[in-house]
Amino acid sequence: MASLPPALKKDDDIDDDSEYSPFYGIEKSAVLQEARCFNDRELDARRCAQVITKLLYLINQGETFTKNEATDVFFATTKLFQSKDIGLRRMVYLMIKEISPSSDEVIIVTSSLMKDMNSKTDLYRANAIRVLCRITDGGLLGQIERYLKQAVVDKNPVVSSAALVSGIHLLQSNPEIVKRWSNEVQEAVQSKAPLVQFHGLALLHQIRQNDRLALSKLVSGLSRGTVRSPLAQCLLIRYTCQVISELGPNSQTGDRPFFDFLESCLRHKADMVIFEAARAITEMSGVTSRELTPAITVLQLFLSSSKPVLRFAAVRTLNKVAQTQPLAVANCNIDMESLISDQNRSIATLAITTLLKTGNESGVDRLMKQITNFMSDIADEYKIVVVEAIRSLCLKFPQKYRSLMNFLSNILREEGGFEYKKAIVDSILILIREIPDAKESGLSHLCEFIEDCEFTYLSTQILHLLGNEGPKTSDPSKYIRYVYNRVILENATVRASAVSALAKFGAVVEGLRPRILILLRRCLYDNDDEVRDRATLYLSLLSDEPDAAQDDAKAFLFQDLDVPLENLEKSLELYEPSERPFDLAAVPKDTKPRHQTEKKAPTSKEKKAAKDASKKSAEGGASNTFEAYEKLLNSIPMFAGFGKLFKSSAPVALTEEETEYAVNVVKHVYPGHVVLQFNCTNTIAEHLLENVNVAMDLIEGEDFNQVATNPLASMPCGVTGQAFVAFEKPEGACSLGKFSSTLRFYVKEVDPSTGDADEDGYEDEYQLEDLEITAADYILKAGVSNFRNAWESLDSESERVDEYSLGTRESLQDAVQAVTTILGMQVCEATDVVPSNARSHTCLLAGRFLGDTQVLVRLSVGIDSQKQVAMKLAVRSEDPSVSDIIHEIINS
Amino acid sequence: MDVSISLVKNVILLDSEGKRVAVKYFSDDWPGLSAKLAFEKSIFTKTHRTGARSEAEIGLLDGYIVVYKFISDLHFYVTGGEDENEIIVATVLQGFFDAVSLLLRNNVDKKNILENFDLVLLCLDEIVDGGIILETDANVIASRVAMRGANDDVPLSEQTISQALATAKEHFARSLLK
Repeated sequence: MASLPPALKKDDDIDDDSEYSPFYGIEKSAVLQEARCFNDRELDARRCAQVITKLLYLINQGETFTKNEATDVFFATTKLFQSKDIGLRRMVYLMIKEISPSSDEVIIVTSSLMKDMNSKTDLYRANAIRVLCRITDGGLLGQIERYLKQAVVDKNPVVSSAALVSGIHLLQSNPEIVKRWSNEVQEAVQSKAPLVQFHGLALLHQIRQNDRLALSKLVSGLSRGTVRSPLAQCLLIRYTCQVISELGPNSQTGDRPFFDFLESCLRHKADMVIFEAARAITEMSGVTSRELTPAITVLQLFLSSSKPVLRFAAVRTLNKVAQTQPLAVANCNIDMESLISDQNRSIATLAITTLLKTGNESGVDRLMKQITNFMSDIADEYKIVVVEAIRSLCLKFPQKYRSLMNFLSNILREEGGFEYKKAIVDSILILIREIPDAKESGLSHLCEFIEDCEFTYLSTQILHLLGNEGPKTSDPSKYIRYVYNRVILENATVRASAVSALAKFGAVVEGLRPRILILLRRCLYDNDDEVRDRATLYLSLLSDEPDAAQDDAKAFLFQDLDVPLENLEKSLELYEPSERPFDLAAVPKDTKPRHQTEKKAPTSKEKKAAKDASKKSAEGGASNTFEAYEKLLNSIPMFAGFGKLFKSSAPVALTEEETEYAVNVVKHVYPGHVVLQFNCTNTIAEHLLENVNVAMDLIEGEDFNQVATNPLASMPCGVTGQAFVAFEKPEGACSLGKFSSTLRFYVKEVDPSTGDADEDGYEDEYQLEDLEITAADYILKAGVSNFRNAWESLDSESERVDEYSLGTRESLQDAVQAVTTILGMQVCEATDVVPSNARSHTCLLAGRFLGDTQVLVRLSVGIDSQKQVAMKLAVRSEDPSVSDIIHEIINS
Repeated sequence: MDVSISLVKNVILLDSEGKRVAVKYFSDDWPGLSAKLAFEKSIFTKTHRTGARSEAEIGLLDGYIVVYKFISDLHFYVTGGEDENEIIVATVLQGFFDAVSLLLRNNVDKKNILENFDLVLLCLDEIVDGGIILETDANVIASRVAMRGANDDVPLSEQTISQALATAKEHFARSLLK
């Protein structure tokens, strides 16, 4: 059945003539019938050409031929070589390429094509070469190689190009043959015809791309000579960059080889070459601002071009530069601003995001005004890009959070699709997390938003956050109304999360509890099971009078599920309803999927908790590891008396990867104690480890006294368990030490097929790598939103300044990195990124020292031509002795 | 940085409703007909409201550089990879667009394109071969399509009036014969 051609569905304003289409009502079967005329003894060339056009039209519209149909058409088409008609011959070439006959069919046309390859008509030769090389296989290639080699240096560019382009394609399948043409190709590169030069250069590069020396020679030869074709010049620029990146800058003078060539290309008459060179310069690794300037200047000229393509190309490149070197692009800001009103929205969006990267703090407000007008008339996908740029701007200038947060909340109220809204909400969530000052205003913006939010996913995510953060704010009661409105107005999923959020307010804020209980009671009559279940559970939790019960409730509401969800799901599936309740503790905690049988006797409350907690984590929100650790440690009685946990380090591996037993350690610091948590995983299926203990010896340091150990009772394969060792140290002191540690355990053989362990076993031990307690373990990363204010507010008496030499370093970045790692402090205002080639740099660090003492560091570094790095360290702290300690850390 | 030769991913010619008139794909990025049609639909909906009439317009659509230009009821597109030099892609579009204009004597609309579909296909064939740019000069392309300049190097634009008339007559006769 032929579908209606588009012309029939035309609008009235198209005049009648356009209804006519030569392909009106075209049908495959009918055209295949028509193709029989190819077999006529007297060929009607015009008619045959028309039939081929129809066939090609069908293929172009996506019609496919069966194997038999294709074979029939192919054989019929080969008959057409008899005709001398020029137009028909061209269509025959096209047809053969489209059908791409199988290798046993190719043989039929080979002789005809080879005849055309030797024809007097150059266009026949060119086309015959392209067709033959497209359909041929390696065996046949040997026969025609001689012709191809000659064709490469043919005086007619069309023939030469055809051979060269075919060579590029053939290089993939028959490299050894094409590589023999090297001399001819080299000659082609010197051709006067621009496109031949382009194709020749491309092929020569591909032949030699693994030979660095030859490549370097090729580039240096051509960069001095004259390349006629702009396309070839662009290729030459790409190859030059390849050579530059392999050579690296000249070690004596610091100059880059071939840089002069790139720079001269900036003055080429063809735009494509200028742009290629400018882009190449901006993409060089470690480009200096001196090298960058001429490239930025030509790109800046492109910005005001009348051609959208040039403006787009320039703004896209500058946008990329702005990511790493915002200062270099700042000169273009005025041109950029005029592009905000560009007709082409892609250009406008790129201009805005560039400005957001290059702008300084004072310009933010003005920029935001311009963007507000712009946002209303661009598509969602562009808006998302802008939102993301604003988020990173806000993280860069935390003081500006008010206007940026206002902007985000304004656009949140506008129309928009899910992805766009999600990008905005995600941005606000990140800002709330990163900028403490922004929390309250962010929360109230989100509250406004959920009053009229059509996306369940976003509503539940925001409710979850409100439940966690709302109770900690100065006036928690104002959020209750928003949350409870959701219980009245929304669908079941949102209602359920609103109930959970309410319960969290009730658990944390004692004053609100009676009122929360009233609200929760109303939810008992909800028509959804889940909402009722949650309300009932929370009511019973919160109604318990004693304080201990309240703590339980709190812990239960806020705890994160510490088992992977997929493991939990598997365990739940395996669980058969029986007398024995489901045990959450028996769910494997590693991420490897594993089947485990249940052993211990748990409580029904835990089961419910598992169910509920899994839902909660599904509602979103990253798990808070610190709270998880705190809870874990508090659950161990012997550590309960250590006071408040100050800091938990990131896990440090103590074994190589893929060894028998994988162990990592987390260092927990208390005011007067250090607890080492060893996370051990047994990877040998035949072994069951019991009574796993860590024996520690102090190698360096004196202040530590081992006070307690908590061994791991049993360690089957694939399950991660924890063993603990606790040390006592002087209260509040920053004690450093180094330990050697050994894993001691009792091994029992296990039959992997049954899972049964032998009765008897033997003692064994396993040497772990040494571990260190460093100063960074006593410093908490804690950012300040305004470093200058914070710095001024600290007593200048507490300031300690000293200078250090850091010796020879690769770069300043290297030096800054090293110092920040040693100190383990939070970098403020993104000062950890050193602009490449900067001679000096100041990095701002903030943190809290053991005992919750604020400490701020101003780190100034400078580098000289011998790469000697000098550092000046200024420290202020609430407690001058802490400032001294920081210096001691650096000294040691 | 990609050091390979500039590659064209596809050349697409759509009508004013976004329907396919002529297309040529050189890349496997869109396997199967449905993926190709989806891409065509996507670029059409994202571009058809823009005024790419006097100058070629450009965008980064679905992760590709797409340069496009419209005339009467036709939309010309050329697609390149994300890291491609935008100006090279635009040059290919300009070459295709001008060559078609030359061959159709500036009467470029859907009706004329369909009536001279063979010329459009040959034109595509002369511009790009397997993704590699073969020629971008519209005069050269047009004369190769018309099998002129094979032996005598007279570009189509420099033909005498009588030659031009002859070609026009030939086209006219052809359309009558159909």
